[in-house]
Amino acid sequence: MDRKALAAAFPVTVPVLMGYLSIGIAFGLMLERIGYNFIWAFFMSLTIYAGSGQYLGVSLLETAATLGTVALMTFLINFRHLVYGLSMLEKFRGMGIRKLYMIFSLTDETYALLASAQAPVGVNPKDFYFAIALLDHAYWILGSVIGAVAGALLPIDITGIDFAMTALFVVIAVDQWKAYKKHFPAVLGGAVTVLFLIVLGYFFGQQQMLLISLGVIVLVLLIFRDKLEETPAAEGEEGAPC
Amino acid sequence: MLTAGQAAAAIAVMAGVTFLTRVLPFLLFDRGESPPKIVLYLGRMLPPAVIAMLIIYCLRGISFSAPAGWAPQLIAVGAVVGLHLWKHNNLLSIFGGTILYMVLVQAVFV
Repeated sequence: MDRKALAAAFPVTVPVLMGYLSIGIAFGLMLERIGYNFIWAFFMSLTIYAGSGQYLGVSLLETAATLGTVALMTFLINFRHLVYGLSMLEKFRGMGIRKLYMIFSLTDETYALLASAQAPVGVNPKDFYFAIALLDHAYWILGSVIGAVAGALLPIDITGIDFAMTALFVVIAVDQWKAYKKHFPAVLGGAVTVLFLIVLGYFFGQQQMLLISLGVIVLVLLIFRDKLEETPAAEGEEGAPC
Repeated sequence: MLTAGQAAAAIAVMAGVTFLTRVLPFLLFDRGESPPKIVLYLGRMLPPAVIAMLIIYCLRGISFSAPAGWAPQLIAVGAVVGLHLWKHNNLLSIFGGTILYMVLVQAVFV
């Protein structure tokens, strides 16, 4: 990759720079609060590289979740990536070894940029895509390290900072609510989880109930497939951060 | 707290599973054939259901025995929804709601 590609990619990535620095800083603060310093923040952001996934990761580390729960929860929250990949099959073709990195770094924001940005004349589109992916990843790592260091140095009370994760999911839900014509899946997901996680989870333990909730949701969606698919689903992309 | 080894293992699992969700479409469907309809259907319908599920998961600690057990969460969630419908700015909604929640749990509902 040459400097020309980086220079062309940088302006396109500025909104992600601001977003990743702030959400990354909140992640670093949360991680520091539960006793993991900036080295942990650096390696998590380097190797996992998923906003909402890492927010959830903080609570998985904090509650000492079993590896099975970690795998399940990580899979659930990143499930939407499956959809992103489907629409990038063409774009990543012929990128050689860099294709692996493009797939690894396909976050919501990078997906959004790649789906819309056009390489300027004279810049190889493959180099341009790769530069976008690389810059976004660098912003994310930088933000989370800054957050962790700040959390260790600044004498501020950050009790409640973990609400950032809830807020992130609520924002995604509001965007989805507006983008989708049918609200049945969202209502179903909420109602089934309240029933199983809160009511039954009280008696049987919450970790198993999450898996059961998901199973019931999938089952109900499959049962009502004919009904839900009767209008062509022109639903938009989810406008999800991270 | 987890030992360093256990934490590293959990992080490795998170990294591996996250990569798996990103690479699966390429492993399964990169040869030109289009994915089965049922996969596309679930791919469209599941994201809102899973996000709703995760919101409930985040709020699972709510208890109704005292206002401090539910009011900060519900007020802050309401603020996030309101801010987001009003300004459509992800960062403003997330940070506005989080700062409000921090004020509520640290200073109001103590």
